[in-house]
Amino acid sequence: MKYIDEYRDPDLVRKLAVKIAGSIKRKWSIMEICGGQTHAIMKYNLPELLPPEITLIHGPGCPVCVTPLEKIDKALVLASSEGTILASFGDMMRVPGSSSDLLKAKAEGADVRIVYSPLDALKIAISNPDRNVVFFAIGFETTAPANALALIQAARLELTNFFLLSSHVLVPPAIHTILSSDDTLIDGLLAPGHVCTVTGYGDYIDLANKFNLPISVTGFEPIDILHGILTTVQMLESGLHEVKNCYSRSVNSKGNLHALKAMYDAFEVCDRQWRGIGLIPGSGLAIRDKYSAFDAEKHFPINNMISKEPEICIAGEVLRGISRPSDCPAFGISCTPEHPLGAPMVSSEGACAAYYHYKLLH
Amino acid sequence: MCLAIPGKITGFFIENGMKMAKVSFSGVIKTVCTEWVPEAKIGDYVISHAGTAISLLDPKEAEETLSLLDEIN
Repeated sequence: MKYIDEYRDPDLVRKLAVKIAGSIKRKWSIMEICGGQTHAIMKYNLPELLPPEITLIHGPGCPVCVTPLEKIDKALVLASSEGTILASFGDMMRVPGSSSDLLKAKAEGADVRIVYSPLDALKIAISNPDRNVVFFAIGFETTAPANALALIQAARLELTNFFLLSSHVLVPPAIHTILSSDDTLIDGLLAPGHVCTVTGYGDYIDLANKFNLPISVTGFEPIDILHGILTTVQMLESGLHEVKNCYSRSVNSKGNLHALKAMYDAFEVCDRQWRGIGLIPGSGLAIRDKYSAFDAEKHFPINNMISKEPEICIAGEVLRGISRPSDCPAFGISCTPEHPLGAPMVSSEGACAAYYHYKLLH
Repeated sequence: MCLAIPGKITGFFIENGMKMAKVSFSGVIKTVCTEWVPEAKIGDYVISHAGTAISLLDPKEAEETLSLLDEIN
């Protein structure tokens, strides 16, 4: 298929790997921010092709993983409420709450529906006017515009039975927090190509300037990732602290202005709790007051919940790039994709799941 | 959720007042909202997230990147 096959060409992969090895003189640690990139790196076994001087650090870019436990517990309460349908992306189904998960709730009789798009959740609300439909609206800047669109449409159609349980997060403030920490090991960054498709990369230029490190806006195929790594290594070796766009077939400097307009019409920036990381100022999106009638947390009595994380799980360290999934004593033993203790073992973008599925394979 | 792949637009229609498209992802046809890529035409490739197209792939940029990488030695 066009735009896929040519970016998986084995000859070009080998050529890029040789070029990276020839360009590097010192040891460098590069963080890929997005969990989709982590999965591609593990799936194509890219670390094996890279010179030993490069350490890839896996970033926090998995929206499922950083959704606060408390929100999952709220979703579980809503799912089990009489007359309510909870619609969710499939990735959230197995993510452990304090005492259960959505898949178990569904097995126990809750009406939980997996949707591919928030617009599908909206359709469920339209065709079930006598039931309340709550969409579990999680995501980064990639997904937030689509969730915003569903909200705006619900208002336009004057629906009174559609709600968002909103847990949106923004990438740049989280990267700022990680780079500000004393134990950061990061020399360069691969910026998330699809987040930048929506937002452009102005915020990443600010990060590069503030922290004096190079950033390559990077796509998701093996050639894209090696292109991003090569560009970052070349900047590191020449002492450059710039942002280069290695995913120009999808990303431009300003982003998708239509999507941004919808996102900021529905949502405003707020402080946000990240599971495993903590509170990050200005790192979330909250539903604007004009749409508060669609805010599940304002409509249903689900606040003041007490949530508790399992003690053994090191997901927080994994999400901050301090530990690797295989450092965890529970990894592959008491924590597996079938019986996860932490969210990164569940999600198709979680680092623990990537290690579990691909590392053993290789 | 960030795992978007490109898909090829095979047709357009309107649903609830929004511009939608049928998009083929390696042969699997999905419905995608194309409100944010107003210039999209049948045969174009889009990156879609959660059922919404967020970009129209630029064939010229794609070709330039590949030829740049191909010249590496």
